[in-house]
Amino acid sequence: MKNAIPLIWRRIPERYALMGTVCENCKTEYFPKRMFCAKCRRKGRVVEKQMPDEGKIFSFSEVHVAPTGHESEAPYFLAIIELKNGVRLMSQIVDSEKEKIKFGSPVKMMFRKITEDDHDGTIAYGYKFKVV
Amino acid sequence: MRKVAIVGAGLSKFGERWDASFRDLIFEASSMALEDAKMEGSDLQAIYGGTMAPGRLIGQEHVGALIADQLGLTPIASTRVEAACASGSVALRNAYFAIASGMYDIVAVGGVEKMTEVSTEEVSFALGGAGDQEWELFLGATFPAIYALMAKRHMLDFGTTEEQMASVSVKNHKNASKNKFAQYQNEITIQDVMDSSPVASPLKLLDCSPITDGAAAVILCSEERARKFTDTPVQIIGSGQASDALALANRKSMTEIAATKEAARQALHQAKLTIKDVQVAEVHDCFSIAEILAIEDLGICKKGEGGKFTEDGHTALNSKISVNTSGGLKGCGHPVGATGVKQAVEIYWQLQGRANGRQVKGAEIGLTQNVGGSGATAVVNVYKRMD
Repeated sequence: MKNAIPLIWRRIPERYALMGTVCENCKTEYFPKRMFCAKCRRKGRVVEKQMPDEGKIFSFSEVHVAPTGHESEAPYFLAIIELKNGVRLMSQIVDSEKEKIKFGSPVKMMFRKITEDDHDGTIAYGYKFKVV
Repeated sequence: MRKVAIVGAGLSKFGERWDASFRDLIFEASSMALEDAKMEGSDLQAIYGGTMAPGRLIGQEHVGALIADQLGLTPIASTRVEAACASGSVALRNAYFAIASGMYDIVAVGGVEKMTEVSTEEVSFALGGAGDQEWELFLGATFPAIYALMAKRHMLDFGTTEEQMASVSVKNHKNASKNKFAQYQNEITIQDVMDSSPVASPLKLLDCSPITDGAAAVILCSEERARKFTDTPVQIIGSGQASDALALANRKSMTEIAATKEAARQALHQAKLTIKDVQVAEVHDCFSIAEILAIEDLGICKKGEGGKFTEDGHTALNSKISVNTSGGLKGCGHPVGATGVKQAVEIYWQLQGRANGRQVKGAEIGLTQNVGGSGATAVVNVYKRMD
């Protein structure tokens, strides 16, 4: 799908800086951002909170058949990262030796290009992680 | 609530159907179902059709009305239902509600997907919509990759092996070889799966269900009128549905599909049965790991033992419990919107003793489990023949 410029713009805090939310009532942290706390509902008070940029690999897969827009990257590693606060997110793992991509490997967020539409099109940036 | 039974069933041939359009597939399945029920189209009072992505796959929306139009059934109410790969089962459930409530007596349920009119890349993108567009697909995830992340974690936590996963595909191809409607009617070996090309490690091509054109249809009827159409109606005795986070990362566990557990709990509770009462089950094996998760989450075996349970042959035809006698999504094919309805068709035939060449002996109670996306929707239905 072509990158919609307003969507890229709206997601800048989350995709560039891992901005999530926390419920001040029950302290549950969410990434991506949520409009309200599913646990506390109306009793909750949700405010922005930046997620830690470090975590560990919870699960991973080497993707050989890539979707449109990611063909040139294949094969690449996709992972579920568990951040230091326990919140999980999906990310690619880049700039890491294959042997070091394992369960529990410590990882750190990198700022990277995610997709580009075509030669004259929009470029979308965001997070990828590398093993540290 | 009134009792509801299936009184007729039909399928199109599943496969790469270059000869058949979306409309042709619907006609094949529904005309077979109407003939099976010895019913006239004019007997139908409403239609529920499950289809996931006709907008992306054939450029067509508003397919509820299209179905009624093509079948010459206007002006009856015709509703399209979408829940990704669980669209068919959710359509079936809504038809069930419509009769159980007393609103209608006879309702047709269809499921259809025409997937080979566009490129594989376009199909992947359309199916990707079952996951989270902004937080999974955008980052380079595919559906095989999302299930691969579950498989990898299952291997770590429980010692599940690639060979055990392969044994799901081997079994389902064997069952499909006895099903004339199936896309693949050839048997394969563990080695064939292990040697197939990598898709998203640990999943290989033969761990994955194919791209399929196909349609399925069942006719539902209130209990009072069911015997007018067949001597052996098959009653829906329990139905459950549950939802979960769209994105895998936002779920509590990656080695279970919590929505399956909840839907099964609802369905079995309503049926006043346990999973031990079920002899034949159609489950959602979009990837080999998915069948392992399904049999664990349904309670057919303990959590973590699904790989070994399958490898030991306990889910083969006429073993402890016969799972995916149709060939499942892997062998029979996976036209996504049709799959949930096809599962009901297979159970209908099994409970009526009409599953030629793959009949489960003494099948009294059947179950279907259908998943949307990577587990954000799950539907479980339980069926019993009315003797």
